[in-house]
Amino acid sequence: MYAFTYQRPTTLADAAAAIQAEDAKLLGGGQTLLPTLKQRLARPTDLIDLGAIPELKGIREADGGLEIGAFTRHAEVAHSDLVKRVIPALSSLAEGIGDRQVRNMGTMGGSIANADPSADYPSAVVALKATVTTDRRSIAGDDFFTGMFETALEPGEIIKSVRFSRPDKAAYAKFRNPASRYAIVGVFVAKFGSEVRVAVTGAAGSVFRAEAFETALVADFRAEALNGLSVGSDGLNADIHASADYRAHLVTVMAKRAVEAAG
Amino acid sequence: MANPNGIGASVRRREDQRFLTGRGNYTDDFKRPNMTHAVHVRSPYAHARILGIDFTDALAIPGVVAVLTGADMEADKVGSLPCGWQIHSKDGSPMKEPPHYPLARDRVRYVGDAVAVVIAETREQARDAAEMVVVDYEELPAVGSSTRAIAGGAPLVHDDAPDNVCYDWHLGDQAAVDAAFANAAHVAKIDLVNQRLVPNAMEPRAAMGEYDQSTGEYTLTTTSQNPHVTRLLMGAFVLGIPEHKLRVVAPDVGGGFGSKIFHYGEEAVVTWAARKVGRPVKWTADRSESFLTDAHGRDHVSHAELAMDADGNFLALRVSTLANLGAYLSTFAPSIPTYLYATLLAGQYKTPAIYAEVKAVFTNTAPVDAYRGAGRPEACYLIERLVDVAAGVMGMDKTEIRRRNFVPKEAMPYQTPVALQYDTGDFAKNLDIALPLVDYPGFQQRRAESKARGKLRGIGFATYIEACGIAPSNVAGALGARAGLYECAEVRFHPTGSVTVFTGSHSHGQGHETTFAQIVAERFGIPIENVEIVHGDTNKIPFGMGTYGSRSLAVGGSALVKAMDKVERKAKKIAAHMLEAAETDIEVKDGRFTVAGTDKSLGIGEIALQAYVPHNFPLDELEPGLDEQAFYDPKNFTYPNGCHVCELEIDPDTGVTTIVSFAAVDDFGNVINPLIVEGQVHGGLVQGIGQALYENCVYDEESGQLVTGSYMDYCMPRADDVPSFTVRYHEDQPCTHNPLGVKGCGEAGTIGAAAAVMNAVVDALSEYGVTHMDMPATPEKVWRTIRDATPAIAAE
Repeated sequence: MYAFTYQRPTTLADAAAAIQAEDAKLLGGGQTLLPTLKQRLARPTDLIDLGAIPELKGIREADGGLEIGAFTRHAEVAHSDLVKRVIPALSSLAEGIGDRQVRNMGTMGGSIANADPSADYPSAVVALKATVTTDRRSIAGDDFFTGMFETALEPGEIIKSVRFSRPDKAAYAKFRNPASRYAIVGVFVAKFGSEVRVAVTGAAGSVFRAEAFETALVADFRAEALNGLSVGSDGLNADIHASADYRAHLVTVMAKRAVEAAG
Repeated sequence: MANPNGIGASVRRREDQRFLTGRGNYTDDFKRPNMTHAVHVRSPYAHARILGIDFTDALAIPGVVAVLTGADMEADKVGSLPCGWQIHSKDGSPMKEPPHYPLARDRVRYVGDAVAVVIAETREQARDAAEMVVVDYEELPAVGSSTRAIAGGAPLVHDDAPDNVCYDWHLGDQAAVDAAFANAAHVAKIDLVNQRLVPNAMEPRAAMGEYDQSTGEYTLTTTSQNPHVTRLLMGAFVLGIPEHKLRVVAPDVGGGFGSKIFHYGEEAVVTWAARKVGRPVKWTADRSESFLTDAHGRDHVSHAELAMDADGNFLALRVSTLANLGAYLSTFAPSIPTYLYATLLAGQYKTPAIYAEVKAVFTNTAPVDAYRGAGRPEACYLIERLVDVAAGVMGMDKTEIRRRNFVPKEAMPYQTPVALQYDTGDFAKNLDIALPLVDYPGFQQRRAESKARGKLRGIGFATYIEACGIAPSNVAGALGARAGLYECAEVRFHPTGSVTVFTGSHSHGQGHETTFAQIVAERFGIPIENVEIVHGDTNKIPFGMGTYGSRSLAVGGSALVKAMDKVERKAKKIAAHMLEAAETDIEVKDGRFTVAGTDKSLGIGEIALQAYVPHNFPLDELEPGLDEQAFYDPKNFTYPNGCHVCELEIDPDTGVTTIVSFAAVDDFGNVINPLIVEGQVHGGLVQGIGQALYENCVYDEESGQLVTGSYMDYCMPRADDVPSFTVRYHEDQPCTHNPLGVKGCGEAGTIGAAAAVMNAVVDALSEYGVTHMDMPATPEKVWRTIRDATPAIAAE
């Protein structure tokens, strides 16, 4: 990696000040950024480590749902009794991210700020009607992801926490890339009363909702309700691991599995 | 009394203590005063002409000591990396052997080809400077695959290798095969690809060069499986350093799988550069460099046909293979798709006539050489896939067609039509042990149960035979080997009875420090703690050919036995003298030397003391000391063999394959340490499963860019991808021509596993009319195969 100045602020205000430096980068768990630096694919002047800021940590029950600090590691979400009780689907999603090493380092804020198209959390943010709270404002989960590796965050804006609504039923089904273990396709299905959300990650440049699936599931919340439905392969990702039409097929398969798992 | 740590005991690996506590000493762990760091400037193009190299800006980077290029090497008369095996084509002409310089001179021929080396005070400074080296390339059209290499009008990788052909070789009796096909009742055919793999040793390659101006001695510390071979090749052919002025040390090495057999350019670069800059120079590959520049494995495209009579007896086998050797000849590359592949095409079967043609070609890809199994997995995969197709053609059970064609135990020793003579083997017995392990009769019921759950279940068999301990030297020499294939050992008793063994076999995961010590402990009746195994240093070891081809125990272990024989003979003389008896009256058992019919005896420790404190020694008859050396050149290959059975389930909705069970029954001859053998089998199986289901090295055919250059895209098998294995071996068929009766176990798992898995995949898909699928059986490939075979069912 290239040389940079490492900073480890202990307050959000200090972090917000530090990130104003030219070409400074925020460091969460570093699961994408550090390999990028090691390969010399990025050259930040400053690295602002968010790991020493207490207000970015912790998992709380809030408004019947959950508020999870941005610097909460995947393993903490996976193993939290509170998460298991309130939104078990979120816990099992976290347990399936990467591998043990990744889960012990990676953070929720880091994951959603990076907005990798094959990351798992974006599907939960959208399906669970989340609100992303930053040091400047609140952003609706539906508006947060704007494209491949793109979010609504402004330069220097720091995620404080993510607030998830508690669904009646929910489950996440993932078809993982056998090499990287990112999602080739991940489908998060959540039912809130008469509303159903189906959020798809991995398949396209950014997380999206499968509206036809949602409509079908509102009418009949069973896997069979999705028979014959497809998101279509137009605009889906294609790489050496999965073509677009295979991804489209997997979206339906994983959506059905998520519905079955949600019960 | 049996030695608790002797032959047959599952002694835990003594070396693991230091490995597991982070106290191993790997090449990159070595630090020297004044040491510098090297980083290579590598070609981003698969094929380009070097028009110029400007490193003015690189020299200005703080800490940079030197920037050296191919021109500097040329000025110093540095030679080409030599190839250790010469193949002759059908027409008698020698293979094309274009030069392979450690630093490219006028052209680069694969992505990663080294162009220059930057030497600096720190590694990061060297990397900074390497980025500032400006190489002016004229990009040339590239050849990214073997099939493209032989397509008409393909660009030439080497101007003096027309049609990109290195050699066009054959083996066997073509006329006999043609005649047998003319009279065949049935013919089974297959076209298959044995895909390219990246070896992925856990420790990346590394090398440190040192030069002592006062003595004129060079030292190379390197990640090598065979330091003496590197010393010979680099010293004699590349740098012109005589052996007595060149020490090569291969300390702890974190896995090789074949990829660290070869002499690589970086080793020559750091050794040469150490003298040029007057300081030690260390280079350590990062993982990206490992992907690009470690010699890869496999990469065959084959067509094969099997002729049978009306009863399914094999009459003849015809094989045509296109082998990709990459951009340059790696050290043993030419031998892999020829003498380590075609000679194994008889497999376990008594097929009377076999003819194989192998065309080996250059491409703009990383060199291809031995990778765990090295030719033998390719042979096994081809035969065993073809035999399954043959079973389909005949409508026979897959175990029955194999059993019918096995070389019977009674036919041993058996001369195959492809040059080898199998010494021992009871192939039917392997199958007999395997079938109950997997409850073969219950398979149809399990398949039905899977189907009820919407899953497709398959079972696959693979029988394999391999040839290990490549030898004897005279035969190998006649076939083109430019090296001897013996091994050396020295057994040094110290005055107080402890022993140091110096072995030419190198251990980089095999556990020699344990197994070799067990052999010595057993022979001399001494505690294993009193035996030290030393390897991997040309200044300590008399000589050595190193570790490859599952040869260490069969060849290195035999050399050890020979050296112990010599020690015992001398000890007997000393004992006779001390006990005042005739030498012929001394009986030896477990390290005790007894005068026959008396209670007068001496232990080996007492004899050793006497040997070094010869106060009462007949010096005119007996030299002091107890330290003997032996070279062992094998009489034949050894032939490990076995039967692997894989059962798996496919999810037709996603195409995901899950291995349900895997049983491996092996005949490794006598077993020294069952625990280590089982571990070797486990690792081998996982690598074979990796090839069958996950691993695939992909180059872009036209640009020659490596597509799978990281673990994001190159899929390694992981612990949760494989089942718990059922591993069995039997010792009924020990090798008849080496003193330990051992055959070798290092590669067996890899050789059988890929075929067993793929036969099971195809079996699971058989209801869709599938008769073959190329590896790896990725989810999408399986899903697409199912979908394309069932057009009537909506894809949903």
